[in-house]
Amino acid sequence: MTAQIRHTTSVCPGCATAPHEAAEAAPAEARLALSLPGIHCQACISMVERGLNARPDVHSARVNLTLKRVMIEADPDLRAADLIPVIEGLGYEAHELDLSALAATQADRAGRDLLMRLAVAGFASMNVMLLSVSVWSGASDATRDMFHWISAAITFPAIIFSAKPFLQNAWSALRVGRLNMDVPIVLALVLALVTSLWETSLSGEHAYFDAALTLTFFLLAGRYLDYRTRAVARSAAEELTALEVPRAIRLLDGQEYEVPVADLGLGDLILVRPGGRMPVDGEIVDGQSELDRSLLTGETLPVFAEPGLAVSAGEVNLTGPLTVRATAVGEDTSLHRMADLVAIAESGRSRYTSLADSAAKLYAPGVHVLSALAFAGWFLYTFDMRTALNIAAAVLIITCPCALGLAVPAVTTAASGRLFKKGMLIKHATALERLAEVDTVVFDKTGTLTAGTPEVENFGDFQRADLEVAAALASASAHPLSQALARAAHEAGIKPAEVSELQEIPGYGTEGRFRGKPVRLGRAVWVGGSQGAQTQAWLDAGSGKPASFLFSDALRPGAEQAVKDLQAAGKEVLLLSGDTEGAVEDLALRLGIAKWMAGALPGDKAARVQMLAESGKKVLMVGDGLNDTAALAAAHVSISPASALDAARVASDIVLLGQDLSPVPDACDTARRATKRIRENFRIATLYNIIAVPLAVAGLATPLIAALAMSTSSITVSLNALRLR
Amino acid sequence: MQVLSYLIPISLILGAVGLAAFIYTVRSNQYDDPEGDARRILSDEWDDHPKP
Repeated sequence: MTAQIRHTTSVCPGCATAPHEAAEAAPAEARLALSLPGIHCQACISMVERGLNARPDVHSARVNLTLKRVMIEADPDLRAADLIPVIEGLGYEAHELDLSALAATQADRAGRDLLMRLAVAGFASMNVMLLSVSVWSGASDATRDMFHWISAAITFPAIIFSAKPFLQNAWSALRVGRLNMDVPIVLALVLALVTSLWETSLSGEHAYFDAALTLTFFLLAGRYLDYRTRAVARSAAEELTALEVPRAIRLLDGQEYEVPVADLGLGDLILVRPGGRMPVDGEIVDGQSELDRSLLTGETLPVFAEPGLAVSAGEVNLTGPLTVRATAVGEDTSLHRMADLVAIAESGRSRYTSLADSAAKLYAPGVHVLSALAFAGWFLYTFDMRTALNIAAAVLIITCPCALGLAVPAVTTAASGRLFKKGMLIKHATALERLAEVDTVVFDKTGTLTAGTPEVENFGDFQRADLEVAAALASASAHPLSQALARAAHEAGIKPAEVSELQEIPGYGTEGRFRGKPVRLGRAVWVGGSQGAQTQAWLDAGSGKPASFLFSDALRPGAEQAVKDLQAAGKEVLLLSGDTEGAVEDLALRLGIAKWMAGALPGDKAARVQMLAESGKKVLMVGDGLNDTAALAAAHVSISPASALDAARVASDIVLLGQDLSPVPDACDTARRATKRIRENFRIATLYNIIAVPLAVAGLATPLIAALAMSTSSITVSLNALRLR
Repeated sequence: MQVLSYLIPISLILGAVGLAAFIYTVRSNQYDDPEGDARRILSDEWDDHPKP
């Protein structure tokens, strides 16, 4: 990608930037972002910053080491492609990031807001706790009243500010007549504040101001942890998207213009270079090449491309430049239409209720009933409104769900952090819980179990002289099969023969002259062979009798181990592929997968997954292509590798960042342990309640007991979660 | 108990100063790059004179 962009700018910088400026009404400064995966120390920071700031057209550059990114403010006509060579010259890898895909600034405001509320709650609760400790240790009469009044003065504004998220959530749930975790929280807060204020005005002994604030503080801490985990995953997912800068080359009166894909219109002529991806659906009008459709259909065999052939967005052009006339752009492309299939399949997943929600469903009514009963009982017993209300408030505060509120986020934060270190990105909040339930794993073949790079199978069947010719022909082409052949020859120590008049015929292969005879390496029809089911390249080494090289897809590292581990863990493993029967059967045998299906259309895959789900299986789908998207969304939980199409990554719950597949069984294990910890945490929280509630109902609870129960249960729950790291 | 009339305001003011300082650090983006900031102090680039 980068090489092509650099090429256009160096040939004609004026025409490449001209439409860009016109579209954006010439801003005074351009903001660029580059991803620098290789930086790791302070020397890297100063080197990159010094190198970029030395350019007169760069206004300022600042490296963010946490995100491994550099943000640059520069002259409006400077492009990221101009700066990448500068950084590569300093010895670091650099990739352009699409700033519009990095929406982190907006999300960050929500996190900052939450942090601010947490800080205010922390400040207020510490001060009020200071005053409360003196009350508990014996302050009386006027001093106690003064302390209570000061506490009230701090508590009211602090709660109104800090507990706003809970108030809003509770209100929106109550308005539609439903209960969520926030309703008992808000009720406990309001009741505690009202009774405490009433008690204070009557110079009473017990005020729960400190409890209300600590409750808010612990709950906000849970919310903040939850938010951080998701923000980290979201920003990493955004970065993957931002790395694919959507640009295309539009041809207009024979001139090439580089434009954003979003600006392409129907009927535009678009030039797609070898190695480039089709930005739109269209029809080839010029050029000959081969197309790799594996991301869309799962077929590994490249398709011959000539004028008149219809192409879909997402296909990769392999050998020759192609000119395509756009027939569908943006939302109308087949890539986007697939989203409809996904939307239908996704409705199945939303039926899952998280552990926290099911706990809240049990908990919220229980607490209200208990507190109302305590109120009614004590009112009938004493006919004293004040005592009854005080006890009802004590019950609500002591049963406060702060340990419950921390139980889930503390565990998911610890588990996600652990998995992130192993290269897995948990995108969905309940993905871990769902992953823990999995009993069936469905794999896609091309690009998931296999790496998508071909390997020569029958290298040994050829004469050395023929291999030398083949090596010479293969090294003249950038086609994936040629490169695999050249690599195999290099590893076997075979020197390329001296072939003259070497030339690549896009879409067919390479030809040349060796000892006066024409030699060819390429497609079956062109060389004179017959195409079989397997991926092949035919060689005519001058004898007129062509022979074929057979290729198989290389396994992704860790694939064998992952399948073995999953089977050992008692999970059923299936293989669903859009590729031909021979290729799929071969791989299934190699990996020991008993159940497989070849030639599956996208709809077939999704239907198969849904069928499994209906028979009570919890399916984990691992896939990367567009043809997997619907199945990914239909499955109970789904994983896609980082090399997958954007659409597939969006549809899946977990993204695998590295090449290796072996973290998958490990993730299942971590997820199972995380769910176990969550349940354990619920039990701990319940245990504290079982001990403290009878005291509260009997009217023996004091603010000191409430504070102790609340803090110890929250701390135990957090510590229990940390054991997962 | 006269001492309370100084001590309580003092403790509140000290706490409020801490809160204000924290809010200032959040607002001025000081938590955006914790790893980078920890490394930057090791660089001796601007040791002799401040960054212009």
